[in-house]
This record gives sequence, structure tokens and C-alpha cells, in this order.
Amino acid sequence: MRAPLSWIKEFVDIPAKVSADEISDGLIRVGFEVEEIIYQGADLTGPLKFAKVLSIEELTEHKKPIRYVGLDCGEKETRYVICGATNFAVGDMIVAALPGAVLPGNFAISARETYGKTSNGMICSARELGISDEHAGIMVFSEDDAKIGADAIKGLQINDVIFDVAVNPDRGYALSIRGIAREVAGSLGLTFTDPVDALRSLKFSETGKGVSAKIEDKSSASVFYLRTMSNFDPKATTPLWMRRRIEKMGMRSISLVVDVTNYVMLELGQPLHAFDKSKIKGGLTVKRAGKAQKFVTLDGQERTLDPDDLMVCDDDQPLALAGTMGGLSSEITQTTTEIALEAVRFDPVCIAKNSRRHKLSSEASRRLERSVDPSLAEFASARFVQLLTEHSSAVHVATVVAGEPIYPAVVKIDPTYISRILGFEVSNADVARILRLIGCDVDEKSWTVDPPSWRADLVGVADFAEEVARMIGYDKIPSILPPRPLHASLTPTQKRRRAVATMLASRGLAEVQTFPFTNQETIDAMGFVGERASTYAIANPMSEEFPLMRVHLVPGLIEVAQRNISRGAKDFAIFEMGSIFRSAQKLVPAISPDLSKRPSEKVIEEIFASVPPQAYHVAGLLVGKVENENWQGKARAYTWHDAIEYAQDILALCNLEWSIKHSDFAPWHPGRCAELIVDGKAVAHAGELHPRIIAKYGLPERSVAFAVGLSALPDSSLVRPTRVGTMPAALQDVALIVDVKVTAAEVQAALTEGAGDLLESISLFDRYDKIGDGKISLAFTLVFRAPDRTLTGDEVSAMREAATAVAAKKCGAVVRTA
Amino acid sequence: MRQEDVSQWVKDAQAAFGAATDLDSLKAARLAHAGDKAPISLASRGLGSLSPDEKASFGKIIGDAKAAIAQALATATEKLEAERDKKVLLEEVVDITLPVNRRHRGGLHPISIIKNEVSDFFIEQGYAVAEGPELESGWLNFDALNIPADHPARTMQDTFFVEPVESGMVLRTHTSPVQIRTMLTQTPPIYVICPGRTFRADELDATHSPVFHQVEGLVVDEGITMAHLKGTLDNFARHMFGPDVTTRLRPSFFPFTEPSAEVDIFFNNRWIEWGGCGMVNPKVLQSCGIDTDVYSGFAFGMGLERTLMVRHGITDMHDIVEGDLRFTRQFGVGL
Repeated sequence: MRAPLSWIKEFVDIPAKVSADEISDGLIRVGFEVEEIIYQGADLTGPLKFAKVLSIEELTEHKKPIRYVGLDCGEKETRYVICGATNFAVGDMIVAALPGAVLPGNFAISARETYGKTSNGMICSARELGISDEHAGIMVFSEDDAKIGADAIKGLQINDVIFDVAVNPDRGYALSIRGIAREVAGSLGLTFTDPVDALRSLKFSETGKGVSAKIEDKSSASVFYLRTMSNFDPKATTPLWMRRRIEKMGMRSISLVVDVTNYVMLELGQPLHAFDKSKIKGGLTVKRAGKAQKFVTLDGQERTLDPDDLMVCDDDQPLALAGTMGGLSSEITQTTTEIALEAVRFDPVCIAKNSRRHKLSSEASRRLERSVDPSLAEFASARFVQLLTEHSSAVHVATVVAGEPIYPAVVKIDPTYISRILGFEVSNADVARILRLIGCDVDEKSWTVDPPSWRADLVGVADFAEEVARMIGYDKIPSILPPRPLHASLTPTQKRRRAVATMLASRGLAEVQTFPFTNQETIDAMGFVGERASTYAIANPMSEEFPLMRVHLVPGLIEVAQRNISRGAKDFAIFEMGSIFRSAQKLVPAISPDLSKRPSEKVIEEIFASVPPQAYHVAGLLVGKVENENWQGKARAYTWHDAIEYAQDILALCNLEWSIKHSDFAPWHPGRCAELIVDGKAVAHAGELHPRIIAKYGLPERSVAFAVGLSALPDSSLVRPTRVGTMPAALQDVALIVDVKVTAAEVQAALTEGAGDLLESISLFDRYDKIGDGKISLAFTLVFRAPDRTLTGDEVSAMREAATAVAAKKCGAVVRTA
Repeated sequence: MRQEDVSQWVKDAQAAFGAATDLDSLKAARLAHAGDKAPISLASRGLGSLSPDEKASFGKIIGDAKAAIAQALATATEKLEAERDKKVLLEEVVDITLPVNRRHRGGLHPISIIKNEVSDFFIEQGYAVAEGPELESGWLNFDALNIPADHPARTMQDTFFVEPVESGMVLRTHTSPVQIRTMLTQTPPIYVICPGRTFRADELDATHSPVFHQVEGLVVDEGITMAHLKGTLDNFARHMFGPDVTTRLRPSFFPFTEPSAEVDIFFNNRWIEWGGCGMVNPKVLQSCGIDTDVYSGFAFGMGLERTLMVRHGITDMHDIVEGDLRFTRQFGVGL
């Protein structure tokens, strides 16, 4: 919302010594963020004159239209200038910058030779003067607007300060000069004159029969003022001062009738709509569209109405999308002589729905959906009649009223609550004083407060507390730390996540965070099927490219890897932690319990259960070489076992035990993917990515990845360590020949089982696959230790033989002899 | 064997060790004067054939002599090793400035780092860290926070909705639904912060991202006032931006707080909008079944990306979301 200082000053007595910055600070202090202070005219110096166009010579020998224009600037001789615009004619008034003038952008005007002529100045557009973004040609006026030779800086009221104010949704009243001026006065302790006061006594004589007004559904609007006017001369033009104010507010001047509706809206905050009365069949009724039908709004767009749309209709058809935009068929035209002026206090929700359904946010809907002062239907429409009769031949015919304004309810408050919630003492007298300052009637005996008509937002004591606080100033609130619990800590889950991330980061993986969106093509390319491929669709995605929620972390990592590779990175490792969104659970219709009290425990449970579980994963992608290659020599490439090792490291960090088995699982290579199982549940997969995926995304060959379902991991149990044995250990090496299909894990498990309780550790130290005949050799070191004695050679040999015996039985292992 | 002979062996050994010029010649001298074939060793082995009396007297003489020889050897060894270290080890000098950046450098994402930092700060103050789902019930994300359907406040936040839209399921637009979850499942006193990922349908540009992070704080206890809110924010701001930072509360509007405020910080010589805050709206407390005659509360929330960008002078959001390793690695693990 823009607010020119010159306009604010009409309602607030602001001493000259108060600077624009002080006014801005004052607005900020009471909750109105000033996004910009525009010093209009600060970078403009004259002479800038109104001038009349005397002659136009079209210079046709150039690529674009060029005019050599004779101007009467109130000087003895005609002044000639070159002009590239064509939107003016002989007899029009224009604004000319004369040599010596400096326009915004440090553009100095001087007499100069151009197009074979001497140009003694410049005819200006609004944009060149820095007073509007309008650049459809130069500014044109009539002789009623300005005198030849008059100073245009003054005439156009260029020198002004315009505050661009952000208005919060609860303060619809401040989408008006009236509202902003009230806040300026309140904040700076100045006197405010409510423009509405002057309108209360306005009376218009009834000279005929007006158009009738009706509200069909009382919940959609409280009060409807319909003022009929006639005898309007459509040639009437908007006075320059009004046009300039409308322009300073960032709107465009259109025609006198429309400009007056806009002017009153900007001044007071009540949107008005003017109909061409001759287009109305019968009377006007506020009612629902009732059925789907076509309707053309005055922006020329044909829209399909929703049966629930609130409309202003005549006896035959809808004429306006209520509070949002008028219809094309009944708009004011250059032949309009009779006007029906509508001012309605619509229900904010109805207008919000109208606006949202048609994706049409207008100056009117923006105000009405934020709640408009219900008294304004009367006073704003009166202001319209006042201004239009003043500036045209129009006369008031009749005023018809339907419904009546509904004012904010009287509230009973406990004034001590305010000190209690603000944290410093505010006397009851101060509470009363401030509430009166913002327009409330306060009865200090009963502490009943009657909010002003424009403050529908003041409904509870907390709302009044904010008013008191902001008028006193938030800077007066002391700064104190609250009492706090003595202890808190991260939960075990949070600690675990942080430990995993820190471990991966310190082992050379860089964490990335990607958007959790995906698309069907990616899901298919990864080879996900069934439950792992199903996800939730976003109803209004940012782009059609990523309309689904991700089902896995690896695709995001691939995208980041591609980006890094395209920027020159070769060998690196990255990881991400985050939620995935597989749609195992069907979404149920929204559960929306009443808000006046806590929902029942059953309903709370239902709401929580309606939100599908979202698994939390960590995944890593390792591409290129394990190490940076440098003067120390070549490095080996990442390979499947690196990925498995990271996955195992994560489980080990979480103090879990797992088993491992081969898995054919997307998006991994079917022959090179390990599945890690904890408590019978597959919790992690790791290995080489599927070659098809590597090729599709242009990753280095044999890139590897791991993914661990962190939220699927059980809590680690309390560690009960075994005593560390101090007796000597006995080492035994065994080499076993097995079929190539037998896994190392199976052989190791068999040896472990057979070796008995005194086996302290077992490790594979060699794997030899050149034996041929479908056989390989696996060589293990077994370490035996007894807690209480040195083991004898015989004991150790017996244990070794027991171990190999189980391996022979379970895995067909044959002891390899040297 | 005479005592004079033994003294002479000691003198010879001492002289030979003293004359050795390096560890090799010392080794030769050691073999000659203290080795198995050295006179003192032979004499020592010959003790067994002596009479008990002689054994006692000669045993002591030879023992003393051996100790003296060992002492001389140790002294000479120490001297010559020191000389060798001085000469030889210096000749083994390497260029230790050779780049040894073999291993890949990892790191945490800066958003994780700042999230950890904020969490740790509040944990030290006795706050728990509460979390909730990113795909969230619209009732928890909006209605329970006093943001009714068709209220302009809902359009303040461009929401991603999930199909079917009748489910009311949304990608949470703030972490505030975690506050509601906390108030529905716990009883006061409540001291929590809620860091997490949030979503709004904004195009990605230098300062906006459709996916971003917030941290919110919620306190519900007896006698909580706006002064407590201000004290907490002052403390938090100083922790994040240094001891010289000042804060400013400005009246504002959020449906779930009343009174509401924006919190600004004065940092690097200008006022910067940091986040929103206020006293928890009694309507919200009531919807969660908290007795507003006994309890009051405050809440605040700020964007982690914004905090990070302001504090570290990051000028483009793209750097934070793109995952370029050259950016992320600069942060290490944030310690």
C-alpha cells in the first residue's frame, strides 16, 4: 500500500520539522513495515513547463516517426522541439522540459541539433519525469488542467514523499490513506482528523426512483448501499490533482467515474463499483451464481462461474463478480449518462473464495477479504456522490439501502492480563488511554471495550494486549530469560543421526541436501517397482518436471554428482540424509475437528495416523578414485566393497550386529549388491550401481552407492563387554577350497560355529580364484584364547579341526594342503 | 689372573671405546673388549673353577670391572649415536611440504552445521529438539495454528498440496505443526525447538528456495511473558551473530501468536529481518487443551538459510541448494 505524504497530511497535522524518516520509523514502530520511501522529484530540476501544441511537422525521411513540434510555453516566441511520440495533437497541453532542466537519471536537457533541426527542449512522458512507470507516450492534458507556461513540477505535484507500506492481513483498515494516516498520528502523537467525520452529515435529495438493492444471503454481505445518479456528461474528465494522486498510488487514471471509485477506495478503504444503469434490467441483488455459466469480467476474460461464486446480479443475469471485478457488459463507457454505484460490506471469506477460484486478486478483493469497516458502505458511497457531483454535471437520484452494518462485538477484558503477558507494568489508565487512542470505547468500571467499526480483528484480550504493546512501543519490553528446565539432550535417534553424518563427513564424504522431488521417468530408470515405486503426487508442483515426492535418496545424489562432474569434479564421495515418501498408506479425507477445545484423544490419534510414515534414510554415492591422484601416484577406483564397508560402518557405529547376503535390488548391479540384515529385517543395501543407470546418467563406470534405512534400525542395547583375555593367543591359519558359488560369509559362519567358544576372532586373509574347475580357495586366520590358561598345541589343533569339519559339512569345504 | 690385569682390561676397553669414531668401530671395540671372547668374559666364565674364597673376592673384582666397561660402552654409544643423528638423519631430510592431500575431504552441509549449532545452544538452555513429518496434515499445519481456510493468512504461504487434495495433506509450510504435535502430546512446562525442512511454492532465485529450513522455538510455562521472549531472542542472536548484535521487535501479524512481532537484528551496520515471533495465541493453546488461566507461552521462528546467508555473507541461495562440493567443503563439520 502506497501512501503519499501530501495525502496523509490532509488528515494529520504533521509539523514541517518531522522528517520522512521519522514518519517511516513511526509506522514501523506500530507494526507497519515501510518497504521503501520514494522521494519523488528529488532528482528532477526545472524548468518544466506546461505548454500547448501549436504545430506538428511530421519528418518522414527517418526510420521511425519523428515530429518537429511548435510549442507555446508562455514565451514570446514559439519553441520548437523534436519528439518521437505520436500520441498528441495540435491543441493538446503537454509538459516540456526546457534547456537547463535535469530529469531523473541525471539527464540534462539542452538545445541540440538532431534530425536536421534544432530541438529546444523535450516533451516528457510520465516515466521520463520519474512519476510513473507508464511509458505509452507522452503525458497529455486538457487546457482545463493547466495554464500555458505554468510550472509543471508544481502543477503535477511531483515533489512528494511516497511511503510504500506492507500491511499485515489482520489490518485491512490500513489499506487506505485514512488508515495509514491514523497510524501515523497515533505513533507520533499528532492530531488525526477522520475524513469520515465530514461525511456523516452529508444528505442528498431524492429526485427520482433509484435502482433497488437486495442481499439474498445475509451471511454473504451485511449492508448494501446503492446510489443512483443521472445526468452525467461522459465527456467530463478527471481533475489533475485526483489523477496525480491515483498515479502516485500506482494505479492508472481511466475515466472520471472509475477514477472517483478508485480515489474513494484509496482514501477510505471501501471498494466501490459503478454500473452503467442503462444496462441493468430491474434491480441489483447480491447472490450466488447458482449454476456454472460463462461470465466476462471487465478485463475482457471469459470465466466459467462456480455455482458458489458470489455475484451482483440484475433480474436477468450476473453483472459483477462480487467484490472482485465488474462485468464487461455493464461497465462505464464513453456513452454512460446514468450510474448505479454499489458499496457493499461483503463477507471476507466469500470474497477470498471468489478471488481464489478465479485466481483474480484485485485492489477490491484484497481489501474486502481483509475485512472492510462496515460503516463505510454508507460513507464511501456518499463520498463518491460528493466528488462526482462536484466534478461533473451528475446529480443524485436516489439511495437504496439493503441490510445494515454489523459492528465488531463488545469485549470484556481483564486489563491486568496485559501487564502479565507483556512482562512489564502497564497501568489500567494507560490501557484505557491507548485503547481509546486506537478508536475503542472503554468502560473502565466494567472493563467492557467496544472496538471501532474498522477493527474486526479485536476479539480477545490478547488482541488488545498487542494494541497496548505496539502503541507503547515493543522497545519498552524488558529482556529477561525465562525459567528453564535443568536438563535436556538430543534423543538417541538424533544423536545417532548426527554421529552418522559426522562420521561420513570426517571420512571424506561431503553432505548434500537435495529437493525431495522426483518424477516417474526417474523412478522407472532406477528400476524401482511395486511399493518402492509408489509415491505421493504434488497437486501443484513447481514444475511438471518434478511432480512426485522422492522414493529414494540415490537419484538426488546422482543429480548432484552429475552437476559436480559437469563442473570438472572427477573423484568424490557424497551423502545425503533425509525423508523418503513411499505411499504404502492411502491418504484418508482430511480430519478437521472443531478448534474451540482440545480434540478427543481418539481424534488426535486419527490425525496422527492419517499422516503417512516417512522413512528416514542415509545414502552415499562414490564415484571415480578412492583417493586424489597426485605425485604419490595412481589411486584405485571405488568399488562395490567400499560401498558395503560404509554401510557396515554405519551399522557398527550404531552398535548393531548384522548379517549380509547377496541381493538383486534396484538401483544396484544385480550381481554386486549386498543386503545387510538386522534382526531379520533388511536395513541397508550397498554395492555397484546398475550399469544401465551409470550409462544413462553419464557417471564414471562402476560408480557405487549405499543406502541405509536409519529409521528402520533398532535401538542399540546396553553394551555388556566380555573381559579382555590376558593369556597368550594361539593363531591358526586354515585354507579351504570351496565351490565358487559358496560365499565367504557362509564359510566364515561355519568355521565360527565349529571353532567353539574359545575362538576370539576370525579373519579372511586371502582369496585365490585361479584354481579353476569352479573352485576357489579361502584362507582364514583363527585366533584362539582361553581366559585362564595357555592353550596347548593339541587343544588348538582339535579346535581348528572342529572348525574345518563344520565348514566341510555345511559348505563342502576341503582343507587345502600345501 | 691378577687384579692388575683386570684393571688393565678396563682401561683398554675404556680407551678403545673412547677411540671409536663411529658406531661401526665401536661395535668392533665392543666385540674385542666386551664380547664373548674378550678377556673379561673369559675370566668371568673361569670363576667357576676357583675356590669359594677366591670366587668371592675375584667375583666382586670382575663384577665391578664389567660394570665399568658397560658404563664406558654406554657413554660411547650415546655420544656416537648423537653424532650419527646429527649427521646421518639430517641427510635423510625430505620435503615435508609436498602436498599430501590424498584422501577426499568431506564435510557437513552448512545447513546441517547451523542446525546442529542452534540445537546445541538450546539444549544447553534446557530445550528439547522436537521433530515431525514433512508431509503433514493440513489441520496441524494450518487450522490448529488459527489459520482458517480462506483466511488471507493461508495465501501468505504458497502451499504445496498433495493429491488427493481432499486429504488436506500438505508439504508443511513451516515447522509450526511440530509445535502443535508437542502441545498435543506433552504437558507444560514445554521448552522445545523445532528445526526442520519446510516448503513453499516460491521459484528458486538468489534469496528464495521452494525447499528451505526453519528453526522454531516454543515455550509454554506458568508466567511466561513477552519479556521472556525478548530475553531468549537476545541471547540467541548474540550466540549466532556475536556479542555486539542488537535486536529489535516490530509489531507484526501471525495467526498463531498474539501479540506478534518481527525480530530484526542490527548486523554489519544495517537492520536485517531475522524472523517472526510472539506470544502463543490463547486460541492455539486452547485448541491443544492447555489451560490459559495457568499457562502462557511464546514462539519464534527463523529461516536457517537466511541466518546462514546473513552470518556468512552468502549472496546466492543456489550455492546452498546445488550441492557443489567446492562450496560445502569450505565448512568442514563446522567446529
